[in-house]
Amino acid sequence: MLRITDLVVRYGAATAVDGVSLEIADGEMVALVGPNGAGKSSLVNAVSGLVKPAAGRIEIDGRSAQVPEGRQMFPDLSVDDNLRMGAWRLSRNARDTARIYELLPELVPLRRRRAGLLSGGQQQMVSIGRALMARPELLLVDELSLGLAPLVTEKLVAHLRRINQESGTTILLIEQEVALAFEICARAYVLEAGRVVASGDTATLAGDKALAAIYFGDLSTGAEEDER
Amino acid sequence: MSAFLTYLLSGLSVGASFALIGAGFVVVHRVTHVVNFTQGTFAVLAGWVTASLITNGTPHGLGELIGVIAAGAVGLGVGAVTLARRGTPPFVALLMTLGLSFLGVAVVIALFGDHPAPSVPLVSGIADFLGVRIEWQRLLIIGVALVAFVVIALFFERTDLGRAMTAAASNPRAARLVGISIRRMGLASFTIGGLLGGIAGVLLAPMQQLSAYSDLGLAFSGFAAAVFGGLVSPWLTLLGGLVLGVAGSMLQGYEIGSFQNQLSLVLMVIVMIVRAKALGRQEEAK
Repeated sequence: MLRITDLVVRYGAATAVDGVSLEIADGEMVALVGPNGAGKSSLVNAVSGLVKPAAGRIEIDGRSAQVPEGRQMFPDLSVDDNLRMGAWRLSRNARDTARIYELLPELVPLRRRRAGLLSGGQQQMVSIGRALMARPELLLVDELSLGLAPLVTEKLVAHLRRINQESGTTILLIEQEVALAFEICARAYVLEAGRVVASGDTATLAGDKALAAIYFGDLSTGAEEDER
Repeated sequence: MSAFLTYLLSGLSVGASFALIGAGFVVVHRVTHVVNFTQGTFAVLAGWVTASLITNGTPHGLGELIGVIAAGAVGLGVGAVTLARRGTPPFVALLMTLGLSFLGVAVVIALFGDHPAPSVPLVSGIADFLGVRIEWQRLLIIGVALVAFVVIALFFERTDLGRAMTAAASNPRAARLVGISIRRMGLASFTIGGLLGGIAGVLLAPMQQLSAYSDLGLAFSGFAAAVFGGLVSPWLTLLGGLVLGVAGSMLQGYEIGSFQNQLSLVLMVIVMIVRAKALGRQEEAK
C-alpha cells in the first residue's frame, strides 16, 4: 500500500527525515513512534504532499488522507461542512456525509454545531470523519490520543480498529503513547533523529528492554510514569 | 415629509451601492485577509465600460453584463498580482492594491478620458412611490443590492465553493490537506469582489457623476461600510452602507453641504475607535 524509499525531508538547513525506508502492506495497521522531533510528522506530511521531499521516493497504492496533529478543524464551519470539505478532491456526489454518520454515530447530534466549539475528543472524531470522506485506502493518523481523556481515546481506538478491519483501510498511526500504539498495531517503526532505529513486531519491540529503556521508558511501568 | 422621503430613498440607493462595494472588501478580506483598495476602481471601470458600450449602440442588459464581467476579470487580475507571492503580509498587499488603484485611474483616463461617464440608466423614468417621485434606477439599485446580499449569504453557507473559501481562510493548513487551493480561493474572492464592485458601478454611474477620480471616494465609502461590519459581516456592511448613504443624502438635501467622503471617513474613524478591541482580537486570532 505504501512504500517509502530513502526519504529525506529538509526545512532549510535542518534535516527532519534522514533517509527513511519503510513499507506497509494492504490492510495493515502500523505504528510510527519515537521521541519529539524524530521526524514522524514530517514523514506523514511528505506522504500527504504537504511538504516536498528533498530526496527519496514515496509510492502509494491508492488514495491517502491524513488526520493531522492538533485536529485542525475549520472552526467557522459546522461539523457537517467540515466533513464535506474532506471530499473536496472528489466529485460533488461523493460529498454525501451519511456514510460517516453511520461509521461515527457520535457525530450525529453534533452535525449542525460549529466545529470550533467542540471538545478535543469530538474534534478528533470530526477529523477522522473528514479524512474518511476522501475515501482513503491509506489513513495517516498524526497523534490520536494527544490531550484526550483515556475514555475518549478508547472510543477512538475502537473506531480505528473497525475502520481497519471492516473496510480494509490501511492505517499508519503516529502515537506518543507507545504502550497504546503497540497495543493497537501489530507492527511498528521506531524513529529517532530522522532515522529508523528499530522496526518489527510490536510484541518483540516491547520486549526489547534496551530499546524500551532508551526510547519510551520502561513500558511495564508506563502507568506509573503517567502519574508523575 | 415628501422631501425627507426623497432624501431617504436616494440616500438608500447610494448607500446600497456603497454596501455592494463594501461587500467586495468583506469577501476579499474574509478569504485572504487583504484589504483591497481597488474596490472603487472596479466600480468606476464597470460604469465607464457600460456607458461607453451603450452610447456606442450595445443594447441595455448586455452592456451592463459586459461591464460587470470586465470588473470581475480586473478583480481576478488584481488578485493574481496581490497574491503572486505566498506569505505577502496583508499590509504590504494593501499598499499594492492602493498602487493598483492609482494605476486604474490612469487606465480609465487613457481609455475614456477624465470627465464623468455619460448617464445611461438601465431603467429610465420616474417612479411615484409613497407620494415621492424618484428615478426607477435608484429603486433598482436598492433591489439589486438586497438580492446580491442574499446571494452572498447563500453562497457562503450553502455552496461547497463558499464553504471551501471560508475553510481556506480559517485554517489554510487543513485546507491544503483536503486539497483546497488557498491561491485559487483567494483569486475567486478577488473575482467576486470585482463583480460586486462592478454591479455597484454599473448601477450607480447613471445616477452619480462617476469619473476616473471617483474611485478612491467610493473605495472609502465602501471600506467604511465594511469596517462597520468588522470586515467580516456582510449584513452589518449592508447596514453600514445604507446609514452612510442616507446620512450623506440628508446633509446634501437639507443644504448643509455635500460631505459624503468626509462622512465616510468620520464613520470609519468612529467605528475603528469604538471597535478597536474587537478588530484587534480578530487580527490576533489569525
